[in-house]
Amino acid sequence: MAEGMSLALPRQATTTAWWSPRRRERLLQLAFLVPAGLYLVAFFGYPLAQNIVMGFQEYTTATFYTGEAPWVGLANYVDVATSAVFGTAVLNTALFTIGSIAGQFGIGLAVALFFRHRFPLSGVLRSLLLLPWLIPLIVSGAVWRWILDQDNGVLNTVLGSLLGGLHPGWLTSTSVALVAVVLVNIWVGIPFNTTILYGGLQDIPQELYEAAALDGATGWRAFRHVTWPLLRPVVTVVLVLGVVYTLKVLDIILGLTGGGPANATQTLATQSYHLSFQEFDFGRGAAMGNILIAISFVFALLYLRVARRADAS
Amino acid sequence: MARRRAVLATVLATTSAIVLTACGGGSAPSGPVTSLRVLDYYNNEPDKTVYAQMLDACGQQNGVTIEREAVPGSSLIAKVLQQASSKTLPDVLMLDNPDLQQIATTGALAPVSDFGLAPTGYAPGVVSAATYEGKVYGLQPVTNTIGLFYNKDILAQAGVQPPTTWDELKTAAQKLTSGNRYGIAFTATADYEGTWQFLPFMWTAGGDEKDIATPQTAEALQLWVDLVNSGSASKSVVTWGQADVNEQFMAGNAAMMINGPWQFPVLAKDPALKYAVVPIPGPQAGATPVAPLGGETWTIPRTGNPDRQAKAAKIVECLNTEANQLALATKRSTVPTKSALVSQLVAQQPDMAAFSSAVQTARARTGELGAEWPKAATRIYTAVQNALTGGAAPLAALQQAQNG
Repeated sequence: MAEGMSLALPRQATTTAWWSPRRRERLLQLAFLVPAGLYLVAFFGYPLAQNIVMGFQEYTTATFYTGEAPWVGLANYVDVATSAVFGTAVLNTALFTIGSIAGQFGIGLAVALFFRHRFPLSGVLRSLLLLPWLIPLIVSGAVWRWILDQDNGVLNTVLGSLLGGLHPGWLTSTSVALVAVVLVNIWVGIPFNTTILYGGLQDIPQELYEAAALDGATGWRAFRHVTWPLLRPVVTVVLVLGVVYTLKVLDIILGLTGGGPANATQTLATQSYHLSFQEFDFGRGAAMGNILIAISFVFALLYLRVARRADAS
Repeated sequence: MARRRAVLATVLATTSAIVLTACGGGSAPSGPVTSLRVLDYYNNEPDKTVYAQMLDACGQQNGVTIEREAVPGSSLIAKVLQQASSKTLPDVLMLDNPDLQQIATTGALAPVSDFGLAPTGYAPGVVSAATYEGKVYGLQPVTNTIGLFYNKDILAQAGVQPPTTWDELKTAAQKLTSGNRYGIAFTATADYEGTWQFLPFMWTAGGDEKDIATPQTAEALQLWVDLVNSGSASKSVVTWGQADVNEQFMAGNAAMMINGPWQFPVLAKDPALKYAVVPIPGPQAGATPVAPLGGETWTIPRTGNPDRQAKAAKIVECLNTEANQLALATKRSTVPTKSALVSQLVAQQPDMAAFSSAVQTARARTGELGAEWPKAATRIYTAVQNALTGGAAPLAALQQAQNG
């Protein structure tokens, strides 16, 4: 392109070259890209770059007024990674993510399959299922905290009358609290999984099931040989997006336990929030946040690869 | 063709407009001061109206109108930091007292002595909360602290006197526990509220936030562990905030609770509930109670305009007059910070007696550590939670947290 231009220049006046239809077309295309590009730079690129830089700085409340943030190299990362709570936070993040995704996906898929069969009120029920998604997370957190209360919670009252004597400390026992938080997060995540998977199921032609039935494949075998292979691309998208969403869950945990009891539900996300906004240690908070971003990034790359492969096929 | 060019022009114009808007900044208004911007977090009743009226009255006295913004408590600091970096701080800024030194470290606040103000006759703890590097950066008209609330009917039925020592507290709590009712409820959450409730026990026992791995602090933590392990307090204390504790008390699920006078309006909603307040018991009889100081302080940010700052100082001064301290104290169930006014308050509101006496010997959370307080507060609640959930014995839990 550049070579062609330099050849063309001596013969034509500069203004006409500027207005050549090809260049104008190109310019127009670029102009359409500019708003999107600026948006990405301003709202994704800048905060991300700022956060990465912040991770290498001693960034405190004073920085906001004076603008001074001394460079400290890797000190924030070393501090964060060697703190007593870091190991717990990493393990909890992993358990929380795996547990939530397994539950959300399993139940979400089961519900989506269930709703493939049309029955009276199925439409109404399916929209009611979206309810957990529509309630602000901080509200559902407060309500669940109430439900899960050890002494007067609805759940333990029911459990106590059914099983007698069973009185788990859902949010007060260090060994059960993470399970309780995972259960609530599963409840929050089911609508997302069901909706996307239900959409994927709708795309599978009914004739395939009819053909499979003629060959003797019904029930589980129809699922195994028709539904699952055709649903695979959607499944991958749901899982990868689910992991990225779950890694950064904050409000549910803050609303239920605040990371307690005794750090039993502390994750990388809650710890990053705590460092930045409770201890005002923005440098370390950013370092912790960057670790979380790096983990999410791996899954985002995975998503892109899967999406590209799906496009190709 | 013409249409295409128009499209191109529109796209370019829109883009440049966005860029220009992003780069544009505000300019400081000059001329006589006719209005002042005030930022606080009193966005709930009754505080919202009480402060709105007092600020307006103070504005009127000083010939300015008040443009007040009340944000939710949790978002105040984020807002202040954002305003500090964009140099748009309000003329008068309210801060929760443990946050004052944190904000003063930025240099964004002006010392009150610049405007001829001083906290004369204020309770010593209140002054230490507002002092950063030897200078006072805020004036706090009223304060509060926590005390031991008890249900009069339940105690009378059980024949229990309000406890004054830890041993009495344990025995009383044990006696008052029956059926679904616990003897006592308190807050031991994984946040600063949990730390705040532990402080009176820790400080009265002689513990100190600089090093929490001491026998004194361990003794205080042992008391909480004993209360929970004996079943006198619910295991749920690790999840109950102060509002939850108050609900338990109101529902009759707890005979006593640790809480503050801001619960009075809530408790008043149940006229059948008869309660009274005593100071939080100490380890032995006669131990000087040391409670933590609460409440908010009023500061004058450096806005760069001396006239506006002078007017702002007048507003802060006005909020702190003796008459207004008393008015705020009676309307908001708080204690005036000028010690001389306390007897007048107690004469008007006898139920404030326990809090009023506690305030005189109370300590500021940031008095010793200043901006380092949040880290110590985190260590304290982490150790408390670890011990209460059986993760470690009190002293071991405190050592782990101190070294964490």
